[in-house]
Amino acid sequence: MSNLLYILIFLPILASIAIALGAPARLSAIGAALVNLAISLFLFASFDSTAAGYQFAASFPVIPSPEISLSVGLDGMSLVMVLLTAIVTLCAVWVSPKQVEGSLGLYYCSSLLISAGGLGAFCATDLFFFYAFHELALIPTFLMIGIWGTGARKMVAWKITIYLGLGSVILLAGLLALFINLGGKSFDMATMQAAVAAAELPATTQAWIFLTLLIGFGILISLFPFHSWAAPAYASAPTPTSMLHAGVLKKFGLYGLLRVAVPMLPGGINTPLPLPLLGEITVLDLMLWLLLGNIIVIGLVTIAQKDLDLMLGNSSVMHMGYVFLGIASYNSIGFSGAVVLMFGHGISIALLFALAGRIREHTGTLTISRLGGFGKLAPFLGLTFAFAAFASIGLPGFANFAGEVAVFLGAFKGAGTEITFLQGATIVALWGVVISAVYMLRAYRSVFKGEPHEGATMPDLTFSQRIPVLILVASLLIVGLYPPILLDKIKPGIELIAKAFAE
Amino acid sequence: MPSTPAIILFLPLAVAAFVLLASKGFKLNATVCALVSTASVAITLVLSLALIFGAKSDSPDEVVKLFTWADFGSLQLEINATLDRLSRGMLFVVTFIGTLVHVFSLGYMKDDAGKARYYAGLSLFMFSMTGIVLADNFAMMFIFWELVGVSSYILIGHWYTKDSAADAAKKAFLTNRIGDFGFMIGILILFGATGSITFAGVEQGLTAGVLTGGLLTAATLCIFCGAVGKSAQFPLHVWLPDAMEGPTPVSALIHAATMVAAGVYMLVRVSFLIGVSENAATIIAYVGGFTALIAALMATQQDDIKRILAYSTLSQLGYMVMAVGLAAGEAAMFHLFTHAFFKALLFLGSGAVIYACHHEQDIWKMGGLKDKMKGTFATFAIGTAALIAVPFTSGFFSKEAILEAALHHDMLLFLCAAGVALLTAFYMTRLVVVAFFGKARTGHSDHATEVPMIMLAPLMLLAFLSIFSGYSIIADTLSPAAVHSEFNLAIFLTSLGALIAGAGGAWILYAGKDKDPLNIGIFRNKFYFDELYSVIIKFAQDKFAMVVSAVDDLFIDSLCVNGISRAVNGFGLLLRRLQSGNLQGYAFVFGLGILVILYIALINT
Repeated sequence: MSNLLYILIFLPILASIAIALGAPARLSAIGAALVNLAISLFLFASFDSTAAGYQFAASFPVIPSPEISLSVGLDGMSLVMVLLTAIVTLCAVWVSPKQVEGSLGLYYCSSLLISAGGLGAFCATDLFFFYAFHELALIPTFLMIGIWGTGARKMVAWKITIYLGLGSVILLAGLLALFINLGGKSFDMATMQAAVAAAELPATTQAWIFLTLLIGFGILISLFPFHSWAAPAYASAPTPTSMLHAGVLKKFGLYGLLRVAVPMLPGGINTPLPLPLLGEITVLDLMLWLLLGNIIVIGLVTIAQKDLDLMLGNSSVMHMGYVFLGIASYNSIGFSGAVVLMFGHGISIALLFALAGRIREHTGTLTISRLGGFGKLAPFLGLTFAFAAFASIGLPGFANFAGEVAVFLGAFKGAGTEITFLQGATIVALWGVVISAVYMLRAYRSVFKGEPHEGATMPDLTFSQRIPVLILVASLLIVGLYPPILLDKIKPGIELIAKAFAE
Repeated sequence: MPSTPAIILFLPLAVAAFVLLASKGFKLNATVCALVSTASVAITLVLSLALIFGAKSDSPDEVVKLFTWADFGSLQLEINATLDRLSRGMLFVVTFIGTLVHVFSLGYMKDDAGKARYYAGLSLFMFSMTGIVLADNFAMMFIFWELVGVSSYILIGHWYTKDSAADAAKKAFLTNRIGDFGFMIGILILFGATGSITFAGVEQGLTAGVLTGGLLTAATLCIFCGAVGKSAQFPLHVWLPDAMEGPTPVSALIHAATMVAAGVYMLVRVSFLIGVSENAATIIAYVGGFTALIAALMATQQDDIKRILAYSTLSQLGYMVMAVGLAAGEAAMFHLFTHAFFKALLFLGSGAVIYACHHEQDIWKMGGLKDKMKGTFATFAIGTAALIAVPFTSGFFSKEAILEAALHHDMLLFLCAAGVALLTAFYMTRLVVVAFFGKARTGHSDHATEVPMIMLAPLMLLAFLSIFSGYSIIADTLSPAAVHSEFNLAIFLTSLGALIAGAGGAWILYAGKDKDPLNIGIFRNKFYFDELYSVIIKFAQDKFAMVVSAVDDLFIDSLCVNGISRAVNGFGLLLRRLQSGNLQGYAFVFGLGILVILYIALINT
């Protein structure tokens, strides 16, 4: 049992090595992804919802002093992220092309390594490996865009490298500051967490570290105004890369905030910091301003898009604002909502990119005005795209709604009759629900409804192509119709995080 | 064995899923799908009647727990079933009209290529609407509120290759979203203040006085926003006439009898809010009265048979909303009850006419149908009589209850309501005279023949209820609200005067005419709301979005990001490395991070 998480993380790496040594790329990748999904489902089923703390824990010492060990374990939140990763990975390798220009092996290896990095980061209970696994996942992401991207791929690959590189460095600085301030002896997260009370860090120090982490993680999550890498990158990246990065890897930053910043810096959120240009402002207020930037500013940017891929890329940036809002509520309802929303968004954006990728593959364009009537030409494609769009705009029955509604309720929990900045920001953020409906339904109307353009063709998905699509649709519906399937597992761990703050 | 309300709620969902899967996945015959869907709604009708007749007059209102949809420890969101007179009566209306519409559609949609999809949509709608009726808390109400929006979107856009239908579906959904934006804010404020999400819990909190003053008024008006969207009240009324692009049975079920009435139902369900918030109540009453008036004015100059009925629906919904604002929720529900029958009848009747005239909807291209479609004409005339409140039809009683409430509270609204009654008589008489009397004006109406029995039978049943549903023998058992109004001579005379003036005026003006002698541009163009809104959307949203996008591109991306990265010299070298696109370059940068972490960690010890 305790070695299952190692198998989970290293199986994709081993499969990559096998592919490099000449194993059939597609078959090995799908095989590894299938086994990983089976393991994740097994972990999910055997996870004990009543127990707090990490389960399936294992540790392998690497450096004794300072203590760095390859420790892994899952609480409800990381369990959900692992499941998300396993589902999206399988679907991403499944929709990958059977032939590419250049090395097919490298193509599939890249996807597998992104997956391994994501799984490692979510399973790690050691801060060093938490960071290192994410870095591991970024490298193949750049490679995929640089080699197989469309449009100005070199420029985009360069931009995302600089950008995420910068984010990683800032994040590194923040994590190291945290590590040193919490004793500097062990990278084990539980040990660090236990040191929080004794360390009695001054609130201002905590706030500075929190701010650094917010910016570092924030760049990786495309927090406004550090977002401009995201939409062009997703538009340019090959389909499986967009699915894996927007669906899974981007959640690393949000997960990190909940896993590291929130519980380990309990005094950092509400202490005013003297910031240039902004004056005295708390990290929480700053976060609220920035997430409104994501939701409203990027929401409007999304409306103005003329290409489906850029629209989806921007919409994914926009929706990150709601996860931030869940974190900003600072209670277990909001946190749970954030986790469910990460899952829902990850699945729905992966599905949208998969379907859009299918259209681009056939038509060579994703310019909305050049597409039309696809619902008639390809009914299955039209129907499943509608499901994904409905999920994305937060309709009940899909996972995203369950997350969003919890985020909103969390922000108002215990508010009384006073409307503070948190509630005010939530009300403004709610307008984003209208905005996302505007761009999604407009795009759906243009691309799928009406009569097809003259001479246009679009073959419907084949049986094999339907399988990953149905897996993603089913995941959205199961969680959406019965959210306790995730919530019950998330609850004990999330309450622990919320409690760390309350003390 | 699941409880009766559980079956009523979930059977349609199961059928919707079954029909979708069976027809798409296993190519099940569409007619079989249609019959399964029809049978399921008939079962829910029988069960709803069982709930009504199973309830004793003294049996307490109860909440049947179904399941916990989400448990956050300190907050549970539950799917439950409220059973009281209000929900039982509404359940009957929904399942009864639903059953007739399913049956009618068997004929109307017989040869439609998307028949299975259509019935899946109808079943999804039945599920969603039932959820609204049964809700005992705001979360459940909101969930199903959104779901009726989805089913409405699907059904309006049923003929999705038709541009007008696709646009209408989108417009309906987005307009409703604006209302739901307010609705959600209202729910959140109430939840924040009372700590509860259930109707009972919120009511308790309000009674204890935890929320008062401006914020209470704001919360109430936000909740009202939801009703403004769903029940198509001014200023969000613009979607309903366009929604007539959907198949006519859908218009009868969703956009006349049930879904659009959900706003009124919801307001009555949360009438404790309106009771404690006087200012909000006044605003609600005036919004309703204003909508009733402008919609009736617009209806007088429309030529499309379904659009006339759509504006009429807006107007009648305005009546109901006005009654809610006047603290006469029971009168509102009584009118909702009778209106459901006669308006569904009128829509299905118009569907029969459209079907017989080969999809012609312009009343000026009809004419002389009364002799060719005797059954349809007779039932349509009965529906019209009820709508224009001919004495002793159902509409007469329910409209009287609303007029009475207005007379007791607000003279201005009473005059407005009386004016609307006159206009109603006018535009409906115009419709009947132009479409059914005179000579056939086109070949389509000349060759029209009576519709088959499967379509005529529902009309007859509805005609029966259009007359008799106002009488206590039916209303006392089936109606969601008890209304016992005293006979009031002033109201009777006002109502009768309005009827005679309106109907008589229209008869004199339109009998024997081949084109409209009136041409009032502002009514014909619906007060130019659509044009106004397009301008607002174009500038406040689309142009603004373009500007924001350009600023985002120019400022944040080009200036800040690219500028800074260029300004920092150290990146120059890095850039050249990376732009060469080799593997080592990327790996180097990211390996660096790992090295730094190790270095600092080791230095620190």
